Amino acid sequence: MKSLGSIRRDFAPWNDPNAKPYIQFDNVTKKFGDFTAVNNLSLTIFEREFFALLGASGCGKSTLLRMLAGFEEPTAGRILLDGQDLRGIPPYRRPVNMMFQSYALFPHMTVENNIAFGLKQEGMPKPDIEKRVAEMLKLVKLEQFAKRKPHQLSGGQRQRVALARSVAKRPKVLLLDEPLGALDKKLREETQFELMDLQQELGLTFVVVTHDQEEAMTMADRIAIMDKGEVMQVATPAEVYEAPASRFVAHFVGNVNMFEGKVAERSANTTRITGATGAQIVVDNAADTSKGADIVFAIRPEKIKVSSKKPADAVNALEGEVYDVAYLGDMTVYHIKLDDGQIVRASALNAARVTEDPLTWNDRAWVSFRPDAGVVLAR
Amino acid sequence: MSNIAVADAAAPSAAAKPFLTRLGAGFVNRLVIIVPYLWLLFFFLIPFVIVFKISLSQTAIAMPPYTPVLDFSNGVSGFFARFRDLNFDNYIWLTQDALYFKAYITSLIIAAISTVLTLLVGYPIAYGMARAPATIRPTLLMLVILPFWTSFLIRVYAWIGILKPEGLLNQLLLSLHIINQPLVILNTYTAIFIGIVYSYLPFMVLPLYSSLEKMDYSLIEAAKDLGCPPTAAFWKITFPLSLPGVIAGCLLVFIPAVGEFVIPDLLGGSSTLMIGKTLWNEFFANRDWPVSSAVAVILLLLLTVPIMLFQQAQAKAQEQGK
Repeated sequence: MKSLGSIRRDFAPWNDPNAKPYIQFDNVTKKFGDFTAVNNLSLTIFEREFFALLGASGCGKSTLLRMLAGFEEPTAGRILLDGQDLRGIPPYRRPVNMMFQSYALFPHMTVENNIAFGLKQEGMPKPDIEKRVAEMLKLVKLEQFAKRKPHQLSGGQRQRVALARSVAKRPKVLLLDEPLGALDKKLREETQFELMDLQQELGLTFVVVTHDQEEAMTMADRIAIMDKGEVMQVATPAEVYEAPASRFVAHFVGNVNMFEGKVAERSANTTRITGATGAQIVVDNAADTSKGADIVFAIRPEKIKVSSKKPADAVNALEGEVYDVAYLGDMTVYHIKLDDGQIVRASALNAARVTEDPLTWNDRAWVSFRPDAGVVLAR
Repeated sequence: MSNIAVADAAAPSAAAKPFLTRLGAGFVNRLVIIVPYLWLLFFFLIPFVIVFKISLSQTAIAMPPYTPVLDFSNGVSGFFARFRDLNFDNYIWLTQDALYFKAYITSLIIAAISTVLTLLVGYPIAYGMARAPATIRPTLLMLVILPFWTSFLIRVYAWIGILKPEGLLNQLLLSLHIINQPLVILNTYTAIFIGIVYSYLPFMVLPLYSSLEKMDYSLIEAAKDLGCPPTAAFWKITFPLSLPGVIAGCLLVFIPAVGEFVIPDLLGGSSTLMIGKTLWNEFFANRDWPVSSAVAVILLLLLTVPIMLFQQAQAKAQEQGK
């Protein structure tokens, strides 16, 4: 594997052993009655990082955020922000601000008063408040809506007011709870990039909670994938996608094909796997496998090539029949039913307008992939 | 030929349309609005006109006890001729006797104080109900409404038993050695306040509860998140957002409290001067229907005009907000 690092090339404090963690969850557990929302979780977030907590609903990601904001106290463990233990500090004294999923705009206040609310609490002098509010309105491009009430705004405008209000105080950390959940798809994509620009511009640390993997992949420097109150993997989007740590992560993020099998033979650089139904696959060596171990070989659909004839130079080639074809415009998705019964999903980019090797239902087809195209998962 | 056939086929279906559909949806809509207007006409406007007319008449030892009586015994011209006997003497009389003025003012003050007290007692109750777990809220609502299931009169009578010098409250305080002598509460204004607050509490709690209950709790969290301590968050967010409930509750308590008659009569003793009691005295003790009608008309104006002005101001404010 060459580089699966950050998209911001110069920013990777998590690889620097001397980097000082900014937010630290130390063995944090949160219980609601019998229900364990967060289970003995440890996590480190760095300054100026755009960090995403990704998981299905009920995985504990929102609880984690609410503990950081101070709305919930951990049952056990501690949370440190910039070296300070947050235990016992009420939400109104924490240097973090939150953007709520419902936006929670004050309905009886105008847009500018909503944005000024936190600044007034701070006791900022009036001219400074006016200046900051004007600045914020400009930042979210809502200058002409300053005197409106929230109910007179569209969903996208409300979202921007909520954002402006939560960054107006220049918090050390901005918490975003499903910030784009209520927007339609197109607006959501635009806003993702706006959020990233904003984070760069203000130089704040962002912690965003989302259930939308695409959103997390687009925006975050690192993603923590959560399940049942535990962190399954913390890594950059590329690592999460290309080198998932477990079957759960591989399944949760993107599409994946899984080949169950046993390690049949390990040579200097490659491992030969015998599939459960006899298929032979040769892959690059995985660190923690030994001969005879039960493993899963996971490979993404776009790394599988589909052709009507067996490719001459392919290390791995399996034969089957076209089961389903879906033309999506930018790419075509094939479902190939291998002769051993397994269905493989493969996607081909439609780089040319006319395909040279057209395949349709029930055609015989070969799927092929390189030894380094997938990952071996022991778990 | 084929065109005609199509037209023929369409014609009978149009005729078969239901009667109301042919009249148009507009008519049905208007019909729905007519019902409340008819209600107001028969149960508010016409009775008011009758009372107003009596207030312009003179007392008489007769049945009914006032003159002129408007009827058609002398034909239509006779009916209108009697209009000349109507005058505003009773209203002038009201301004000449300080008793009425004092009674109005006392009533307004008592009602205002009682309304504030009811708000102070009712707000925490409504707030607690609105923040209670959703599963027990219906039970709490039920408990608020429950006293209505017994007679209002009996419940006010019960307060006599509690408040009188040898009553339950004094016995309790004496036995706990908090006081050495029984407190005189019954037949004072304090007893009237207690009675009004107790009787009208549900009218305050219910509108408050409904406006507090629908408030999004994340607004409070947002306020705290932005640096607002809980008490400040209450005054800056919760209270302003519950204002519609506060106004509705205060009106529902204030308006009937001004004209309240039973509570001052039973708990306030004979010396209390309230307009409801004055009205009752004029009507039943003095049998002076015209003056008591004038008292009632003034009371009505006193209550409706400020409310109308208030509502107009609110509508204007809302218009400007848009």
